[in-house]
Amino acid sequence: MKSHDLIIVGAGIVGAACADYASAEGLRVAIVEPGPIGGGATAAAMGHLVAMDDDPAELALAHYSLGLWEAFVDLPQAEYSRCGTLWIASNQADYARIPDKLARLAAAGVHAEQVDAEQLYRLEPALAAGLAGGMRVPGEAVVYPPGVAQYLIGQAMARGAQLYRQRAHQLNSGGVRLSDNTQLSGNVLIATGCALPQLLPQLPMRSRKGHLVITDRHPGLVHHQLLELGYADSAHGSDDSSVAFNVQPRPTGQILIGSSREYGSETADISMTMVRRMLARTLQFLPGLSELDAIRIWTGFRPVSVDGLPYLGRAPQHANVWVAAGHEGLGVTTSLGSARILIDQLLGRATAIDPRPYDPMRVAA
Amino acid sequence: MTDRYDVLVVGAGPAGLAAAHAAASHGARVGLIDEQMTAGGQVWRQDVQHASPALARRSIGRTLDHPAIDWLAQTRVVTVEDGGLLVEDPRRARRLHYQTLVLATGARELLLPFPGWTLPGITGAGGLQALAKQGWPLAGRRVVIAGSGPLLLAAAATAKRHGAHVLGIYEQSSTENIQRFARSLWRWPAKAVQAMGLRAQLAGVPYRCGSVVRRAHGETELHAVDVDGPRGIEHIACDQLAVGYGLLANVELAQSLGCTLQLQGAHAYVDTDRYQRTSVDGIYAAGELCGIGGRDTARIEGAIAGHAAAGKTADADRLLQSRQHARHFADALNQCFALDPRVHALAQPDTLVCRCEDVSLSALDGYMDARSAKLATRCGMGACQGRICGSALAELGRFPRSGQRPPLFPARLSTLAGTNLSSINKP
Repeated sequence: MKSHDLIIVGAGIVGAACADYASAEGLRVAIVEPGPIGGGATAAAMGHLVAMDDDPAELALAHYSLGLWEAFVDLPQAEYSRCGTLWIASNQADYARIPDKLARLAAAGVHAEQVDAEQLYRLEPALAAGLAGGMRVPGEAVVYPPGVAQYLIGQAMARGAQLYRQRAHQLNSGGVRLSDNTQLSGNVLIATGCALPQLLPQLPMRSRKGHLVITDRHPGLVHHQLLELGYADSAHGSDDSSVAFNVQPRPTGQILIGSSREYGSETADISMTMVRRMLARTLQFLPGLSELDAIRIWTGFRPVSVDGLPYLGRAPQHANVWVAAGHEGLGVTTSLGSARILIDQLLGRATAIDPRPYDPMRVAA
Repeated sequence: MTDRYDVLVVGAGPAGLAAAHAAASHGARVGLIDEQMTAGGQVWRQDVQHASPALARRSIGRTLDHPAIDWLAQTRVVTVEDGGLLVEDPRRARRLHYQTLVLATGARELLLPFPGWTLPGITGAGGLQALAKQGWPLAGRRVVIAGSGPLLLAAAATAKRHGAHVLGIYEQSSTENIQRFARSLWRWPAKAVQAMGLRAQLAGVPYRCGSVVRRAHGETELHAVDVDGPRGIEHIACDQLAVGYGLLANVELAQSLGCTLQLQGAHAYVDTDRYQRTSVDGIYAAGELCGIGGRDTARIEGAIAGHAAAGKTADADRLLQSRQHARHFADALNQCFALDPRVHALAQPDTLVCRCEDVSLSALDGYMDARSAKLATRCGMGACQGRICGSALAELGRFPRSGQRPPLFPARLSTLAGTNLSSINKP
């Protein structure tokens, strides 16, 4: 039997951030991950560091996390690029929503600015004609999430954390038993995203599939992370499938294209129907991209909790089990803040933001 | 033209041409697609300065002129969808449907990394041959040919015909292997004649066995190579190096269609039965795709696949024996040119393995599989989609190729978006 202060199951970006912070706080950490580090939803994430203003608790966690990301600006593995976010209003109705959004962001401490149509085309000349304007969030950035996850795990291991290349088979009173029958004892933190119910069936989790397309290198065509203002309607809607315009300039000069959302598709197969819908939407906003070459299409699954907010805290019905999972499309952005909130609670400390909205007990209540 | 064919053939090299012709001879409506502008594949690639061999002219002519065959040039398969193939040409995208499909996607070269291999002036052996045939100027240039296999001789002959000064052919296989093979050539008289023809064309060009290029020198372009052979290291000043370590089957389309693959050494080929049927109903494979077998094997297998795809297995039966003969030759050839383990040690820790993303060999240390390495280093994430580095790493025994993702080749966003789909005679 091997004893640890904290056994973290799952080395996606959330588990990795927890491992880094817990080990930095002096905990003896074990990490249980049978697959590649950052190989699940982390590898299928766009790596956009973004604050969404639709839900106050989500916004608070994002804003807290964005501050923590400033420590990664110069880390080569992070490929941090402060391209800013440009939300695009397709029509006057969307444009009219911007002042409210600015106010909500400002209240949370996020600086953003309205841009009119003329400024919009100056910022992004490749955009299609006829758009109403937009909202620019200059401080936001993009990172390379698998690189960050590997860096964070590396940091934890440099402080003595142990990596077990096994599957966590079963929770038990002492800790967790691994697939090779190794028993690890200590507090357990489950950060397995979509796979959470395998160990904690009492916490519902749905998988929401997404497709991504990346192009060959075409530097300078797009400058900001570009999203349509209607993005949140797709992200927060409960339709079985939806697409929204979401395009990102990678530091490599490649253009990364999202986004699609689909419930009910459990395999990683690429649906050309979804790809067509998603790219048709892209070309409506950026018609000049139509002759660019795509070099790769892939899919991933977002872990969706019962109410869209992550589960961060002690797991229901377990004394020594904690959970950090269910971040849906914001797991990269909010990973660093999630780790702080969780580990601070575990250590009995005050948290920087109110942790109650994320408390997994809300499901049992 | 139509979007629906009785038999759709992918690849217009010797195998695809033979398949299309055989199927059409039974009245099948045949579509023949190839990414190149002209038919013939790599081995019969048209030469802008010199006439094609008579056999190539005959095979191409009778196939492209056949009234039941639609020739779709410069057409690439982008991905498999909805029971058909999404293809694009330089102008538009199309969705092609078929009753039966014959895959004849041929082979590419195995390129192995060594210090300096990414310098301008260095190509594959087949790569140099293709450039020469397309009119790339070689006259007066000092050319070294290296690597392994009969392709080196063909590349040297082409280079010489285009005015290059071929300094030597450096074959990694041992003199004993080559001599043993030469002694067995009497079993394939046509091949013996072909070999003698090549030898005559290459009179005066040294052919050195047991030799490998260890290093290429140059700042902005190649100016010399170090060849390690039985006589030690030889420093050879040159302008051009063509180096290829044999051929690999282009299995990517077959794989995405779900066809069962087999491994030959570290590399995959498509598993077929006596009628060239793959494991997937209605899909046939022929030629290099089924294991490197050369032009003659490809022509016979193509014809078998074409007959069988049109439902005429009796015609296919008559070819089975000649296929066996041709495959035996290929087996002898593959044995003769089997790679010596020392070619696995050419790459140094700082040698680039992935040219698309500039990843060195040592950057891959410590990763347990191709996907972990790719996530961390981007190795294989570039436009070639890991065809070059993935095959090299498999050959080097690092990790097998994995994680193939669509599209099969870089494809226009408009093609994938379906915004530029042309549709003809939709039923």
